[in-house]
Amino acid sequence: MLLDIVIDGLIKGSVYALLAIGFSLVLGVARIINIAHTALYMTAAYLIYIGAKPLGLSPLVAMLAAVGLTVLLGLVVYRLFIQPIQEHEAAVLIATIAVAMMLQEVFLMAFGGHYLGVPPLVDGFAVIFGVKVTFQHLLALGLALLMLLAVRVFLMKTRLGLAIRATAQDREVANLMGMNVTRVAMTTVAISVGLAAVTGAIVVPLVTVEPTMWMHPLIMMLAIVVLGGLGSIEGSFVGAFLLGFAESLVVFLVPMGAFLKDSVALSIMILVLLIRPEGLFGVSFEEER
Amino acid sequence: MKRHGWIWRVWLGLLLGLALAGTALAAEPIKIGVLGPMAFTQGEGHWNGASMAAEEINAAGGVKVGGVNRPIELVKVDTNEFLSIPDATNAAEMAISRHKVDFLVGGFRTEAVLVMQDIAMDAKKVFIGCGAAHPELCTRVTKDYDRYKYWFRLTPINSTYLGKVDFILLGTVAAIMKQTLGLEKLKVAIIAEKASWADPIVKAAETMLPEKMGMEVVGTWRPSPVAKDCTAELSAIQRAGAHIVFTTFSSSVGLTFAKQWGELKVPAAAVGINVESQKSGFWEATSGKGEYTLTVNTYARVKITDKTIPFYDKYLKLYKEAPNYTSGTYDALYILKEAVEKAGTTDSDKVVAQIEKHDGIGTAGREVFDKSHDITWAPGYVTSIGSQWQDGQMVCVWPINWEGVTYEGAVPYKLPPWVVEHWKK
Repeated sequence: MLLDIVIDGLIKGSVYALLAIGFSLVLGVARIINIAHTALYMTAAYLIYIGAKPLGLSPLVAMLAAVGLTVLLGLVVYRLFIQPIQEHEAAVLIATIAVAMMLQEVFLMAFGGHYLGVPPLVDGFAVIFGVKVTFQHLLALGLALLMLLAVRVFLMKTRLGLAIRATAQDREVANLMGMNVTRVAMTTVAISVGLAAVTGAIVVPLVTVEPTMWMHPLIMMLAIVVLGGLGSIEGSFVGAFLLGFAESLVVFLVPMGAFLKDSVALSIMILVLLIRPEGLFGVSFEEER
Repeated sequence: MKRHGWIWRVWLGLLLGLALAGTALAAEPIKIGVLGPMAFTQGEGHWNGASMAAEEINAAGGVKVGGVNRPIELVKVDTNEFLSIPDATNAAEMAISRHKVDFLVGGFRTEAVLVMQDIAMDAKKVFIGCGAAHPELCTRVTKDYDRYKYWFRLTPINSTYLGKVDFILLGTVAAIMKQTLGLEKLKVAIIAEKASWADPIVKAAETMLPEKMGMEVVGTWRPSPVAKDCTAELSAIQRAGAHIVFTTFSSSVGLTFAKQWGELKVPAAAVGINVESQKSGFWEATSGKGEYTLTVNTYARVKITDKTIPFYDKYLKLYKEAPNYTSGTYDALYILKEAVEKAGTTDSDKVVAQIEKHDGIGTAGREVFDKSHDITWAPGYVTSIGSQWQDGQMVCVWPINWEGVTYEGAVPYKLPPWVVEHWKK
């Protein structure tokens, strides 16, 4: 049973981590609490469905097109709804909630409440220590690790990464130093939305595509980000796996209470916050102020 | 004469106008409110079934009331009951007070229908339910007949009967597994969404399986109705060595479960209730991974009555979707037509008296209402069916020789090949 819990927790955690990394990046760097992050992930999922099913494109082409279009949409949303009010964090929060709700209604109108699905990129499953794991889940796990590495390298080893970090530390000074802070913020948003879209592309064959599919991941992602430390990418990564393991533990140890797995995961978050308010890898709220 | 031609034309116009006005007055439509979550498959089923029946009835001259043929006018009432119960109550209120409907059909979620039922009963409007299964909806009729007599349930059969069919299907698959695979004592995993309608089924299964059906229950899992992942549950079920997984799902978790069950080839046959697998879109939504899922159902392309296959084919042709149990609004409209014609009025009390006497062949069986105004479930009446996905088609696999009932077009149940491979001795 222990092996089941470990493997299942790893798989679940990797899916959550993929979502949380992009969210954390834009929060840590641009200080944007983008509630529409998972709604953009849903957008990518719907675009992949449109490409793969009604348009009959190959799943890979549909995924690449969907990622590109979602990034474009994310940038439009940023320019129209976020950039004009970027200095007001509460307003940004509300604006992104509105964007998420708008996207939900658009897809509800266009596709109704039907549950849709797309085929996996890689069919079949592997047996690891007697536990069956689909190749698509393994792909999600591999990609989560790759994304973390790529984001880390990008931020630490490239000029643009340096500019993003500098802008995150002090926007005004970065501007005075000759950095185009607007462009830096745009780039950060594009990367973050791109990560959401890639997550959508990888996760969409594992889930059901429907207009409320963004809500549950949003709650889990917020829990992970708070648990890991606001804006900390490593924290999000660790938090994602912690909640993944917590969910698996509940299903295996209390089968009758399997429906409680989300509640248990959120309770762990509250417990950690009571002991360590800044989260696992974050700076304390007081310090930030 | 030519000089006065315009006078003749005016007279002719007036006469024609009067004649048309007279026809319009005589043909005052009978308004029927169709209640359902219209953005979802269930609401579409309500609307499509009712639309198809209304078009047929109107094309045949309408409803003959006291010597006058009156057309049916449908009022689409979006209850949005999936997302909001208050929306459903507002919609029902609006249908009665603003649209002035004569009758109501539809409804889906029990929690919403209970409230809409009260609203309809207050207004003394006949309401034929086509969607909610909870027994309480009809128990109310026996408890307080004068208030609730305007309520009738047509589809689906109530959850007590659903439970019976559920256990019959389980017993059928168990017998096939014993015979085919040489298994002696079968192990069953129970998985049911955490919802109140599923509680009595889980409780009954935990008692009945070991005590009356000679099976061992290896565990009970209760995921959330909207769970997005069931891999942990499936791993645990496989670890427990289950031969059969007994499902009770009405929400999206049923789709997630079936998709992952097929993807991981879990060696336990999936039997029970899975509402998602009753839909045409199930195959595509699961990318074919839901093959071999067996569920209790209302319709499949099988000769339950002479009306079933023509209804099924026409519905599929018109709406590119197989009818589901909410499409029972089709039969509901014909029942109302017959009752109104026999009563010679749309007066609710007189129509109720006629529906109580109704004994007719519908698309889902012989339709007769019992004293609680619930549809009768029995051999020779409405039985429900067991449907399984086989090679991209939803086929009827039950009843075959059950209490003397076999529906023409039913085919044998197929065990998933990976289950056979895993357990074959």
